[in-house]
Amino acid sequence: MIPAPFDYYRPSDLDGVIALLQEHGDEARVLAGGHSLIPMMKLRMADVPHLIDLQGIDSLRAINVTGTRVTIGAMVTQHDLIDSAELSSAAPILRETALQIADPQVRYMGTVGGNVANGDPGNDMPGLMQCLDAQLHLIGPDGERSIAARDYYEAAYMTAREDDEVLTAISFDAQPGGYAYEKQKRKIGDYATAAAAVTIQKSGGSVAAASIAMTNLSDTPVWSEAAGAALVGTACDAGAIKAAVAAMLGDIDPTEDNRGPVAFKRHVAGVILTRAITRAWDRA
Amino acid sequence: MSNKMHIKMTVNGKAEEFLAEPRELLIYTLRERLNVTGPHIGCETSHCGACTVTLNGKSVKACTLFVAQADGAELTTIEGLGTPDSLHVLQEAFREHHGLQCGYCTPGMITRASKLLEENPTPTEEEVRFGMAGNMCRCTGYQNIVKSILAAAAEMNAAKEAAQ
Repeated sequence: MIPAPFDYYRPSDLDGVIALLQEHGDEARVLAGGHSLIPMMKLRMADVPHLIDLQGIDSLRAINVTGTRVTIGAMVTQHDLIDSAELSSAAPILRETALQIADPQVRYMGTVGGNVANGDPGNDMPGLMQCLDAQLHLIGPDGERSIAARDYYEAAYMTAREDDEVLTAISFDAQPGGYAYEKQKRKIGDYATAAAAVTIQKSGGSVAAASIAMTNLSDTPVWSEAAGAALVGTACDAGAIKAAVAAMLGDIDPTEDNRGPVAFKRHVAGVILTRAITRAWDRA
Repeated sequence: MSNKMHIKMTVNGKAEEFLAEPRELLIYTLRERLNVTGPHIGCETSHCGACTVTLNGKSVKACTLFVAQADGAELTTIEGLGTPDSLHVLQEAFREHHGLQCGYCTPGMITRASKLLEENPTPTEEEVRFGMAGNMCRCTGYQNIVKSILAAAAEMNAAKEAAQ
């Protein structure tokens, strides 16, 4: 419950953040909503001598929808995201997913950027961002760069972000068509036993394009290119869904924990993906 | 190592100023430093919501914020919602509908419910249950908490109509 001591900083711009990260190296961490980092600090599983709070940087809270391009500042909270009529209309899967994350209090504080950057395979946004083919925008001492969410996750808590980089925003092209985020969990606030993010575009009664990503079924989120491809050109009938599930099962690698053994998780992954595809197709 | 910070905040309308280590969790600031002991501590994993307060208009779990983050903030706790002589509508409704037994979750429950009804003045039962899902109770089974909140909502809406 009692975290170790640290020095606290609240810079008002990103230059200030980068300067502190450069000065303190891996002894420094940025603090967004604090709802993964502070629990880890309370358990002394994270040791952060220098804590850089991002709450003073207004630019990180911007939400921008221009045509189909959606850009979300890293400090936009889950509550902001659910509350934004603009976002809910441009990409309703964001709201559907955010409402399945944590609980009201955590959603007032927890941010999209923290969820995406954290690197815990239990987080829901990473799989969603892979499904949407989002770009993650980072800033560091050498300037800005972008990396695809599909290339960002290397292993549990290991990502492509360097220690002196900060995730500033996430952007993607909102696709028209059907969508679903389906999550199996033991109770409110739990990370998924299995979850699936699905988008489907329909053309003339068949699937024109589909994207499928799975949550908490490997040490990273899993974008299953093969599962999406299995649906394309079909009428999204039972046979096609079965083929997509089979393809997805070839890409995941769950481990046993309190949520169940591997065989159960693979079973649940199939059930959840079947439901998600069915719902996305109904909405397409 | 860690230097003390000069912190200012407003708690239940009262300006507070003190020196504190940045790592002090806001729940300890309230309970041990400011003697605002209504908000409770029920866990160390941010699940139970017994520490819920309103910070700058948001329901937050005060166990998962450092005092440093709350520098400059405005806070409302259960102590700021009503007085023993003049209960808040929610406090009266929890009493009337038996929405508490041991009372340990109640300050967090009522503080959270006050924000829920501000955002959604006419919630359904399902919306109340979902909107209160960050607050755990070991005694009531939730049924009477839901009743209390729905009754308070009806009361507040009737009062609003009467005022118009």
